[in-house]
Amino acid sequence: MSQTDDARSTPIRVLIAKPGLDGHDRGAKVLARGLRDEGFEVIYTGLRQTPEMIADAAEQEDVDVVGMSILSGAHMALLPRVVELVRGRGMDDVLIAAGGIIPDADVGTLKEAGIAEIFGPGTSIGQIARYFREHARRRS
Amino acid sequence: MTDLAALIEAAQTGERRPLARLLTAIEGGDPELRPLLPRLFAAGHGAHLVGITGPPGSGKSTLVNALIGEWRRRGRRVGVLAVDPSSPYTGGAIMGDRVRMMEHAADRDVFMRSMASRGELGGLAATTWTAAAALDAGGFDPILIETVGAGQSEVEIARLAETTVVVEVPEMGDEVQAIKAGLLEVADVIAVNKADRPGAQQAARQLRAMMSTAGGRVRRQPPKIIMTSALSADGVPALADEIEAHRRDGQAPEQARERARHQIRRALGEAAARRAEQGPAWQATVDAVASRDLDPATAADRLLDR
Repeated sequence: MSQTDDARSTPIRVLIAKPGLDGHDRGAKVLARGLRDEGFEVIYTGLRQTPEMIADAAEQEDVDVVGMSILSGAHMALLPRVVELVRGRGMDDVLIAAGGIIPDADVGTLKEAGIAEIFGPGTSIGQIARYFREHARRRS
Repeated sequence: MTDLAALIEAAQTGERRPLARLLTAIEGGDPELRPLLPRLFAAGHGAHLVGITGPPGSGKSTLVNALIGEWRRRGRRVGVLAVDPSSPYTGGAIMGDRVRMMEHAADRDVFMRSMASRGELGGLAATTWTAAAALDAGGFDPILIETVGAGQSEVEIARLAETTVVVEVPEMGDEVQAIKAGLLEVADVIAVNKADRPGAQQAARQLRAMMSTAGGRVRRQPPKIIMTSALSADGVPALADEIEAHRRDGQAPEQARERARHQIRRALGEAAARRAEQGPAWQATVDAVASRDLDPATAADRLLDR
């Protein structure tokens, strides 16, 4: 690749994961594809992941962002657990965000638990990409 | 700032977090890593580097997953580097090899890392060799390197791995496909995957017939052909045996030297380019070649002689 001035700035790495028992991952795949087109390196885990699997994958991949898509209604149980496990592995500065079907009433509690942002239906990929660019840690 | 020397120390304990961060520094081409490379390579244990290549959809990731399981049963700690292509337009990438390997995500004795090719041709990333050295320092052996889905000529993996496994599937074409130069030629072992599909026996038979006839300037052993079904894990123990046997009996020092030569040439090219770009004549030379007043070969000679 060309060695321009910013050649050292490597792409932001994002883990896209589907925690729990959701039966489909169309949204997650559309998002993965959209983020690819925005220049992100996206690691996709596939369906039916436990919080442990997601945290272990985030650790090995040393991602900047963990994005979880959840539709099943189990978000209050699963998402805070992922935050706990990711932080427990020493990844204090990894941005953790979620999207899918999450009632407004739960958003405050999830944010208190460490989910940085929640993207509901109708959010554009551009909005998500912008948010990740602005808030993902960048390594010096 | 990251203390890379400390990361290299910590990665040798097999701890995941420092190893993961070290891999990020390697992938990103952190200039502070360069003086530490001798230390990193000296920390290696001589792990068996096994390349897994083959066309997209031939079942490489599923087969890697089955091989991880097999080697875990044999008490080995397994490292995996899975390379997927970067977009030539945006630099983005989707790395989906983990989808087939998540059952091993929580196993502390398996370390799996996805790498985007970041503009490199040939099916690997430019930093794959160094990334493999980091896994070696972390005590993982074997280290499986899964390439980008390969066409007929992505043979870079054979210049890095000690043992190259080419994954083929039934109905890959007729016998002429099997005698074309390129990918199949670099195979040390061929896995005819999806062996539960119709035509698998015939495909294996054709490959055996065509591969056994190497002659002329070819000094290599014809590859062993193993039928596998990665989903049911049929044939996977036999494939693991064959990969281990290839290292045990097949390692001609000349092949190791050929890999070394290739890697040095690469590094030389990169080092020369880096120096030339920092030199005073660079911009004028670029302009001269851009306007076709100068040919690239002469330009390179002049920049090197400077």
